[in-house]
Amino acid sequence: MARIFAYIIHKAGVADDCAVELIAAAKKIDAAASPTAIVTGWGADFDAVCDSLRTSYAETWKISNEALAYPNAELIRKALVKVLPPESIVLVAHEHLGIDLAPGLSIKTNASFVSDVLAIDGLDGTDLRVVRQEFGGQVSAHVRCDISSGAVVTVRPGAFKPVESAPVSGIVVDKSTDAGELTAGRRYLETIAAEAGDVDITKHSILVSIGRGIQEKDNVALAHELAEALGAAVSCSRPVVDAKWLEKSRQVGSSGKTVKPKVYLACGISGSFQHLAGIKGNPFLIAINKNPRAPIFQVADVGIVDDILEFLPELTNKVREMRRAA
Amino acid sequence: MEILVCARRVPDTSENEIQLNRAGNDIERDDLVYSINEADNYAVEEALQIIARVGGSVTVVTVGTEDDEEILRREMAMGASHGVLLSDDAFYGSDGRGIATILKAFVQRGKYDMILTGVQAEDGGTQVGGMLAAMLDYPFASLVNSIEVHDSKKLKVSREIAGGNKEVSEIDLPCVLSIQTGINEPRYVGMRGIRQVASAPIPTHAASALGIDPATVGETGAKVKRVDYFVPVLGKGAEMLQGSREENIDKLIELVAAKGGLK
Repeated sequence: MARIFAYIIHKAGVADDCAVELIAAAKKIDAAASPTAIVTGWGADFDAVCDSLRTSYAETWKISNEALAYPNAELIRKALVKVLPPESIVLVAHEHLGIDLAPGLSIKTNASFVSDVLAIDGLDGTDLRVVRQEFGGQVSAHVRCDISSGAVVTVRPGAFKPVESAPVSGIVVDKSTDAGELTAGRRYLETIAAEAGDVDITKHSILVSIGRGIQEKDNVALAHELAEALGAAVSCSRPVVDAKWLEKSRQVGSSGKTVKPKVYLACGISGSFQHLAGIKGNPFLIAINKNPRAPIFQVADVGIVDDILEFLPELTNKVREMRRAA
Repeated sequence: MEILVCARRVPDTSENEIQLNRAGNDIERDDLVYSINEADNYAVEEALQIIARVGGSVTVVTVGTEDDEEILRREMAMGASHGVLLSDDAFYGSDGRGIATILKAFVQRGKYDMILTGVQAEDGGTQVGGMLAAMLDYPFASLVNSIEVHDSKKLKVSREIAGGNKEVSEIDLPCVLSIQTGINEPRYVGMRGIRQVASAPIPTHAASALGIDPATVGETGAKVKRVDYFVPVLGKGAEMLQGSREENIDKLIELVAAKGGLK
């Protein structure tokens, strides 16, 4: 059995949730597996991360280098290529650093690559059997990945529930000198914080959230009218921002805002995992979508199959009537 | 600036409800509406905006069959100078690495300053750009949501990271960038524009012309293979309201009020 490594993302001295999720994923490959954490960085914060991993990983490989103070995927890849044994299986979280790092790492280690894995069904000879989603989550696929020369697997954050296990007293192995000197054709300059918008959607208890089903910029008014009648705010999914129909500060999702309303009205939203990742606090989720197979209906509390362009104005009128009568 | 954009023709998920076929081993492909992969279209628009500022030309390339020529023509109608089809029976069934191998062979026949791909295709692979960059030993950035040309040797790019923040980097040319949707507003392509390029020649290259060993691509070379499709059952699923629209509206208002919404 090839050795399994979990590349751990960290920030400000704290390991990402993926640290425990990747152990759960490794156990799905091989129940007896004891994966090795591999982590890159620099400074006191980084040492704290390495130390914190000792309770969950029997072995942690650290690569400490000033050039790795900011996580630059090209530098990390070069360091990992020098340190990883041949035929390793490397697990990485499928988020912005993993997306940058993993495909190139698979080429440089001559390993198979499979991305955004939701479930692992185990090994069958040299084939790793995994589950992925396609077409925006409308269908899933069983995929076989030949791991005879190793594999790089990106794992969807939140898909693997951490397994309960007693804390271990692991060791940290310093691999810094093996990584050697590191230079890259891409150099980090700065991080620009997201712009604050006119409305703070994170502060509202009802959100009227619109997706691609709103179809045209002019129709966005339908959502604003309903929101006004309900005393709610209008939020949206990615396609609405991509089309420039609403500002980025109204986007709910992993690349937008995280919201915790009491009621979330998902209107014409298909329900990609990136969008759902931004909805926290278990709100009452009502989905209205004309596609009865939209993935949003799998996670909503209540679903209505209807065309939002007709449904929303009628709903608004009814709410207004009730308000007048009250 | 010579820019190559790698694009793909895919079933348009905004136009289609994706369903399984009867055998359950594939999606139902009859009557699907195909179009250019959305992120790839943003990549072409970005390339066109860059050359409008600094000069140069845009070539759009795809790995596929004659059916895929329609997206090349569409992007030429947008303003791309050239469309190129890489087509060979040996390419059929390629995994991400196979597609990157084919594209690499094509890239090495030309001289490009910048290679753009869409961040992901309908299979959500998010892989070909990063693989191609590693094969070429070019620097790479994924999830790119702005590009500024510094000079003939480097760019300033930003990547979309968590929470809508932007990570800004400098990147040496030549490089590979995978483009995030929303980076720009792709121009509209009318029927008239498409008619104007209807007879433009589309050069086609096969494996032999590209010097590709057929064993490294296609089904033979693929280490990653899809076995079948299925529709997952996640959670218990929504309680579907089956009444008339009016009844559903009444019920919805009642629920919103009960769940602490209406004030």
